[in-house]
Amino acid sequence: MSTVQADVASGGSDQLKKWMRSTGKKVFDFCAGLLILGVLWWLGVWFITLDPTAPFFFDQFGPGAALLEGLPKLWAYGTLQESISASGARLGMGLLLSIAVGVPIGIMVGLSRLTAETTHVPFQLMRMTSPLSWEPIAVIALATWNQAVVFLIFIGAVWPIIFATAAGVAKIDPSWRKVARNLGANPWQMLTSVIWPAIAYDVMTGLRLAVGIAWIVVIPAEFFGTSSGIGYTLQNARENLFYDELMAMIVIIGCVGYVMDAVLVRLQKRASWVRED
Amino acid sequence: MPVRGVDIKIKGLTHKYTPKSPLTFEEVNLEAKPGEALAIIGRSGCGKSTLLHIMAGLLPSTGGKVHLGDTEVRAPSPRWVMMFQAPHLFPWMEVTQNVGVGLRFAGWPKKKIDERVDEALRLVELEKFADHNVQDLSGGQQQRVALARSLVMEPEILMLDEPFSALDAFTRASLQHDVRAIAKRIGINLILVTHDIDEAVIMADRALIMAGSPGKFMDELEIDLPDPRNREDPEVQKMRARLMTAFHDATSSARGQRPAVGDEKDAGTVQQRGSEASAAVAG
Repeated sequence: MSTVQADVASGGSDQLKKWMRSTGKKVFDFCAGLLILGVLWWLGVWFITLDPTAPFFFDQFGPGAALLEGLPKLWAYGTLQESISASGARLGMGLLLSIAVGVPIGIMVGLSRLTAETTHVPFQLMRMTSPLSWEPIAVIALATWNQAVVFLIFIGAVWPIIFATAAGVAKIDPSWRKVARNLGANPWQMLTSVIWPAIAYDVMTGLRLAVGIAWIVVIPAEFFGTSSGIGYTLQNARENLFYDELMAMIVIIGCVGYVMDAVLVRLQKRASWVRED
Repeated sequence: MPVRGVDIKIKGLTHKYTPKSPLTFEEVNLEAKPGEALAIIGRSGCGKSTLLHIMAGLLPSTGGKVHLGDTEVRAPSPRWVMMFQAPHLFPWMEVTQNVGVGLRFAGWPKKKIDERVDEALRLVELEKFADHNVQDLSGGQQQRVALARSLVMEPEILMLDEPFSALDAFTRASLQHDVRAIAKRIGINLILVTHDIDEAVIMADRALIMAGSPGKFMDELEIDLPDPRNREDPEVQKMRARLMTAFHDATSSARGQRPAVGDEKDAGTVQQRGSEASAAVAG
C-alpha cells in the first residue's frame, strides 16, 4: 500500500471512529435519559402507594401497567391510531392557519416601524391571554367543536410565528434588499429570493415554539365536546377508570411531542444558512 | 474595442435627505462619453456616495436630472449596476446562484443563465469556486463574486462605491487592475467613488474632485495614461502628485465655498490646474 493510500485509509478510519463515538454518545444519552425518567416515574408511583388508601396505584399508574398493558390495548383497539390522527389533523389545520396568518403579519411588522409600533400593545395583550380562555367564545361563535379546537390552537400558535418572523425581517441586512433592487428584483422576487430565505430560520424557530404551545393546547381543548382525539381518549380513560390506558396516553403525548420537536429541529437546521464554523 | 457604455448626463442635480436637512450637494453637472471611466474623489461626507446612489436610481434626488444613455434615471435598472463597499452576497446561495441571481430576476432560462455565469466566473477567475458557498470564500474572492454578479448583467455602466476599501492592499491592487481591464475589454462605463487617490489614478480616465458642504465638483483632471498602470511607474506617480495637489487646492478652496467647476468666472482656474480638464463637466 502506498503512503497516500495508507493516509486515505487512516483518515477514513479516523472519521468512522469519530462518527461511532459521537453516535454512541447520543444513544447513551438518549437511553440514560429515558432510564432516569422511568426510575423517577416508578419512584413517584411507589411514594404514592405508601399511602394506605391508594394501594392499587402502582398496578394502574406504574410504568409496567402503562407500557405493557395500557399501550398494547390502545393499539389493538385502534384507539391510539385514531386519537393521534384526529388530534394531528386538528393540530395541522391550526398550525397551517397560524402560518398563513402569522408569517405575512410578521413580515409587515418587521418591514414597517409604524405597523410594529401600532400592533405592539394589542399583540402583547392577545399573546398573554391563555388560549383556553377563548374556549367558551369559540364554542358559541363557531359551528362545530372541531372548528373551536382548531381556533384555540390557532390563537395560541400564531403569536410566536408573528414575533419570530418580525424579528427575522428586522434583522435582514438592508444591503441585500438594495442589491436585489439594483439587480432588478420585483416585489415577489424580493419576497421569495431575499426575504424568505433570510428569515426562514427565524420562522422555523417561531414554528417550533408554536408547535409546543399548540400541542399543549390541543389536549385540554379536546376534553369537552369532541368525540375523538388524544384529549378525548384521555378523558374517556379517566371517566372509565382505565388508568393504565390513561398513563399510556400520557406517554404517547410526550413521545409524539418529542418526535415533532425533533423533526422541527432538523427543518430548522436545514433552514439555517449561517456556517457553524 | 467594443463600446457597450453610454453617454452620461447629469444636469443641476441637488439633494437633501429631508426637507429640513442641509443640502448634501447642489447643482451638480456632469457629462461622460460611452466607455469612459470616471473617478469621483472627495473626503467622507462630501456627498459622493449619495450622488452615486442617485445615479443608480437607489435614492431620489431633490432636483435635477440624470440621463444614462437615452433613459432618465428614476429607479434601479440592471442596465446600470452598482458594486458596494462590501460584497453583500446572499449567504444562503452558492457562488453560481449569487452570480446568476440578476438574470433569474430578469426571467432568463436556466441553461442560458448557467452559460453566462460560467463566462462571468472565468472573467473574474473564480471558476474553481463555482459550487462553493460564498461564506467559504475570502473577502477578495467575495468581492470578485460581486463583480461577476454585476458583469453578468452585461450592464452599460458599472458603478463602484468604494468597492475595495475593506480589502487588504494586495487584493485591492489586483482587483483595481482587473476591474479596469474587464471594463475596457467589454467597453462599459465605470463610475468609481473613492477617497483613495491611487485608486483613482489606476482605474479612471478622468478624476472629478468633490468637496465642500454642500458638495460640488471643484476640479477635474484627465488621467491619460497607458494600460496596464503600475503604481511604481514615474508617469503614474507624477499623475498621482498632480491629482493630490489638485485635491488639496480644491478642498482648501471649498472651505471658502469657491464657485464650482463649470461656473464661467472660474473656468480659467480650472483649466490651469488640470491642464487637460475636459469640457465635459458642464456648468
